Amino acid sequence: MAIKVLKPGLATTVQDLGRPGYYHIGIPLSGGMDRHALAAANLLVGNEEGAAVLEAVFMGPELEFTDDALVAVTGAELPPKLDGAPRETWSSFKVKRGQKLSFDFLKQGARAYIAVSGGIDVPVVLGSRSTYALGALGGFSGRKLAVSDVVSTGSAKPGARAGRTLPADLAPTYPKSLELRVLPGLYFHRITDESAKSFFEDTWTVAPEADRIGYRFRKGRPLVFRERKQPFGAGSDPSNIVDAGYPYGSIQVPGGLEPIILHRDAVSGGGYAMIGTVISADMDRIAQMQPNNLARFVEVNMDGALKARAEYKSRVARLTASLR
Amino acid sequence: MQTRFSFGGDEHIFAEVDESMSLEAFFKSLFITNAVRDAKIKGVTEICPANASYQVKFDPDQIKPDDLLTELKRLDRAAEKSEPVIKTRIFEIPVLYNDPWTHETLMRFRERHQDPNCTDIEYAARINNLDGIDGFIKAHSSAPWFVSMVGFVAGLPFLYQMVERQRQIQAPKYLRPRTDTPKLTVGHGGCFGCIYSVRGAGGYQMFGITPMPIYDPSQKISYLRDFMCLFRPGDIVKWKPIDRAAYDAAVVDVDAGRFAPVIRDVSFSLTEFNRDIDAYNRKLEGVLHGH
Repeated sequence: MAIKVLKPGLATTVQDLGRPGYYHIGIPLSGGMDRHALAAANLLVGNEEGAAVLEAVFMGPELEFTDDALVAVTGAELPPKLDGAPRETWSSFKVKRGQKLSFDFLKQGARAYIAVSGGIDVPVVLGSRSTYALGALGGFSGRKLAVSDVVSTGSAKPGARAGRTLPADLAPTYPKSLELRVLPGLYFHRITDESAKSFFEDTWTVAPEADRIGYRFRKGRPLVFRERKQPFGAGSDPSNIVDAGYPYGSIQVPGGLEPIILHRDAVSGGGYAMIGTVISADMDRIAQMQPNNLARFVEVNMDGALKARAEYKSRVARLTASLR
Repeated sequence: MQTRFSFGGDEHIFAEVDESMSLEAFFKSLFITNAVRDAKIKGVTEICPANASYQVKFDPDQIKPDDLLTELKRLDRAAEKSEPVIKTRIFEIPVLYNDPWTHETLMRFRERHQDPNCTDIEYAARINNLDGIDGFIKAHSSAPWFVSMVGFVAGLPFLYQMVERQRQIQAPKYLRPRTDTPKLTVGHGGCFGCIYSVRGAGGYQMFGITPMPIYDPSQKISYLRDFMCLFRPGDIVKWKPIDRAAYDAAVVDVDAGRFAPVIRDVSFSLTEFNRDIDAYNRKLEGVLHGH
């Protein structure tokens, strides 16, 4: 059971739910950036929700199947085509041996998840099949897919069937403008009161530098760091700190200019002050943002963050229940 | 030193032991993170010591953020009362200083450097009042360094030299980061040394290169078969200056699978270290050479 890569797309990688436990030596979680969509794709084809899938960004790959398979595409609206004939997203469909799966142009969102019944079968490295490209680790040979790669898949799960569809109220939409909830903290006290206000007032634009490591934003007013005598070892710019660990979702602002939100292939640490952290419930939404999309940052406290987390969890639970 | 705690969203607690870098701050961060690991707190998924801070990642569905914060504060207070002693490892890492590969790279990015008219090592020697390249190599390699953090990318050690603050080598990062750095470059930025575990972008000054791989995701290198990253926070590194012939021989040995790095177990006491730094470092070097 295998998939031949005829065209790789822009940056198609193997991902599951990630590789916790090694961040202290610089190996990040990795895994699908939109966990909700990844889980949905798996459940639609009868897999466990954390099986390995293909994550395609902005542009789909072209794939040829060496055996019959059951496939589902979720996440970004990247319409699948089977030998040229359109197929629905967010539902499972059969693929016959020798058929080619390709994709139409991206309609909304940024990352699509392509699940195959039985899962993508690459070696498990440090507990996960996810690709960490910066460290050439995991996934398919530690890198994004390339032309002529042959990717193995597992055997289809019993009970996997075509025509399964996600209840309409559970399929998310991906607006071009959205709000991201932020818990201020970490080095938030280092920016001036005025910048602490403007950061939440301004509308920010996703920059072209937006990938699995982090999303950069621009076009808001520059943030001003409070003057101080820099501590020993911190570096000379007021936005510098003694190199420290970076939380996932943390927002750093090198030179006060362009906020960067770290995502699942995060660099694990460095010397830029972080002014807060995007809450866990909103991380999937970042994954579906395109360059030039707009975001406003909305301040929440821990109670608000935990409430949002509970809502996210209940959405995933309803998804799981509806597809089991 | 009063640790400052802050939540990093709903899944992290960030603890700044001190704003400034010091061996005391690093040691406390290492000590507390060891204690957190030993405490096996339910819901904790990552424990990351850093230079003068640390962070803990957790699942708030398993432990309430405030409960974990209370627990970390308790461990923080306990750490202050404990004897600052750790069991760790000391490594001897061969370095070809002023090598042709970092030289070629630094020449390509000269316009991004503070002083385009000299090399990184000459620049660092001058601004640290050291006697030319030889004086720099002596200062860099005579006293050992703590691995004070591992990260940025997989397996990359940040290193902090085990000398008084006034003897610390300091050098700014490049004005604009390079888009290329040879793999295994020995670099320096601010008061931190590093070894680039993979080839890639970087902003640290480049002083030399080691023939000894420190990260191998394919786990083919003999001494990285057990684990793909060589370093852990708290390890001690002593540089050994080597010449081109020794470098070439080491590369051949690594490729043939017979390179055996010098690694010894050692116990480190911060109190004893502070009593007489040079004597303590000589003792550490003795351990390295089997005395």
